[in-house]
Amino acid sequence: MNKRLLLTILAGLAAILSGCTTVQPWERAALADYKMRPDRDALMTVMTEHIYFSREAATGGRGVGGSGCGCN
Amino acid sequence: MLGSALSAMAEVKVGQPFPRLDAFGLEGALPETSGKVVLVDFWASWCAPCRASFPSYSTLQKELAAQGFVLVAVSVDKQAGAYGDFLKKYAPGFATVRDATQRLAAEVKVPGMPTSYLIDRHGVLRAVHVGFHGDSSVREIRDQIVRLLEEKP
Repeated sequence: MNKRLLLTILAGLAAILSGCTTVQPWERAALADYKMRPDRDALMTVMTEHIYFSREAATGGRGVGGSGCGCN
Repeated sequence: MLGSALSAMAEVKVGQPFPRLDAFGLEGALPETSGKVVLVDFWASWCAPCRASFPSYSTLQKELAAQGFVLVAVSVDKQAGAYGDFLKKYAPGFATVRDATQRLAAEVKVPGMPTSYLIDRHGVLRAVHVGFHGDSSVREIRDQIVRLLEEKP
């Protein structure tokens, strides 16, 4: 049973790892696209940042001044 | 894994002959390169530092063409539209071709975008520049080109 389990795991790993590939520098057109930027939507960024610094109990947050009281 | 090992071996090294550009089905007219100092620059319309390098490269081409320097800008753009629009907008002062199949890029194994390969009058690779860092890159590349131009043909 153990042998079969081991074989299954090995086969699974082989299947998963062979699917890995390096994206070559000349293949990065889609990754360099504007749509891939996390900060492409200014309003969304502001709202996300606000939630982050209000809810993470951090003093200030991402360069925004604040006390971390969750009240701003 | 074997594939990546093989292509790593195929990487062109300084001191080795650079692959013949006309053997890769590049789209566009290749300029006459035989007996000239050639800078082969890999770029793409989606690559911001490549765009930044274009004005300086245009100046280099204009300034050193008479002494036997030619720049061949090889685009790795897969989308013909993006390539065409880019050229129309920025109108570079040097030859541009498109490696639509990306076969040449894969053959020399371009380590980053942009990368420029400096080739001497005998077709031997003499220097590789990865990335573009503004004036310091231009100065370095220009010095190397001038040095190669001064070598006896």
